[in-house]
Amino acid sequence: MSLCLQARQLACERDGRWLFEGLDLDIRSGEIVRIEGPNGSGKTTLLKLLAGQLGDYHGELYWNGERLAKVREHFLANLLYLGHSPGVKAGLTPLENLAWYQALNGDKGDEEQRLRALLHVGLGGFEDVLAGQLSAGQQRRVALARLTLTRRALWVLDEPFTAIDRQGVDALEKQLAAHAQTGGSVLLTTHHALAVSPAVRSVQLG
Amino acid sequence: MLDTPQGGLWVAFKATLKRDVTLMFRRRGELLNPLVFFALVVTLFPIGISPDPAVLSLIAPGLLWVAALLAALLSLDSLFRTDYDDGSLEQLLLTPQPLAVLGLAKVAAHWLFTGLPLAIVAPLLGIMLALPAGSYAVLSLSLAIGSASLSLIGAIGAALTVGIARGGVLLSLLILPLYIPVLIFGVGAVQAAINGDGIAAHLAMLGALLAASLLLAPWAIAASLRISING
Repeated sequence: MSLCLQARQLACERDGRWLFEGLDLDIRSGEIVRIEGPNGSGKTTLLKLLAGQLGDYHGELYWNGERLAKVREHFLANLLYLGHSPGVKAGLTPLENLAWYQALNGDKGDEEQRLRALLHVGLGGFEDVLAGQLSAGQQRRVALARLTLTRRALWVLDEPFTAIDRQGVDALEKQLAAHAQTGGSVLLTTHHALAVSPAVRSVQLG
Repeated sequence: MLDTPQGGLWVAFKATLKRDVTLMFRRRGELLNPLVFFALVVTLFPIGISPDPAVLSLIAPGLLWVAALLAALLSLDSLFRTDYDDGSLEQLLLTPQPLAVLGLAKVAAHWLFTGLPLAIVAPLLGIMLALPAGSYAVLSLSLAIGSASLSLIGAIGAALTVGIARGGVLLSLLILPLYIPVLIFGVGAVQAAINGDGIAAHLAMLGALLAASLLLAPWAIAASLRISING
């Protein structure tokens, strides 16, 4: 079964200003879609909206042809959203952070899996350090470890490359490409020049 | 490629409870705040009013309950705030699990580290206020049951104000009126124990308030969190 997220005539207003109006957007399996636009053009708002987080918008969202509000649970079970703030608890170790995220899916998971995911994002040896003591880039890597750890079809990533070093960027680009090639979809914002193999479709805002 | 929701609600509940307990345990300094506040208020009253046991024992039940209520109120502001700040609240809202149940796990952790300790130390402070013998156990019990309702009701306010930079005062204004029934029956139970009347009716009312809060508050918390994140 392939996935399809559609937005029809999407419009969103903030403080008396229309961020975007009449926006139509289709995201299907195997696609990487990038939202572009200057600062303040509503990229983050659009991502939050497409991740089903916001209620005050005009237009309609469809998940596999059905209204998103009706199939919300199914949508959420296939969504991995990484926002501006990484959602990593400073008072927990990377391992504990990941364990919580796994458990939220109803999956106990195992330590082995989590260690592998941390190793994959280059945090080997930091698994038992409190996340608050890690650098900003390392904290973001903890969040990015969720991409490896949980199998979700639709990735919605808000500035995933922030604070990540060059090797990390290369690895993440490869991971995005691999995800798209295996039938997943990626929706992201970034100011970074993306070099991934399936063509990136751009949506311009503002 | 697509997954259907798996369930596993119990796993998610336990993990959220464990996570919050771990976090609170690692911020032990903050944990002591409500207890220190409780002790300070109770210590100041004999100095401010009168050290006479006859006077103190008269006001002791109400005083202990009010101080405990305010101490619990003080600790509420941070219930969802840290999660909001670091983005994990956003993630909590995006899980395929019912938010009400996960919110309940957070409230349970809050009660374990504020309401329950307050109920445990209250008898000690009762001695300072010359609380008449025979009412100590009732004081603890009524506080333990009552503070669970306070945590549940307070969490609704905390969820509503989490998006506001200085929501503390607003939070107090919002939920203090809802705290009054709990206060009345909590003090009533201790008073009844002192007078030798039956305490069952008061405790039953506290239990009823807790049952109602348990049933309704989680949904209100979930809805409030959705509103706060939306803004």
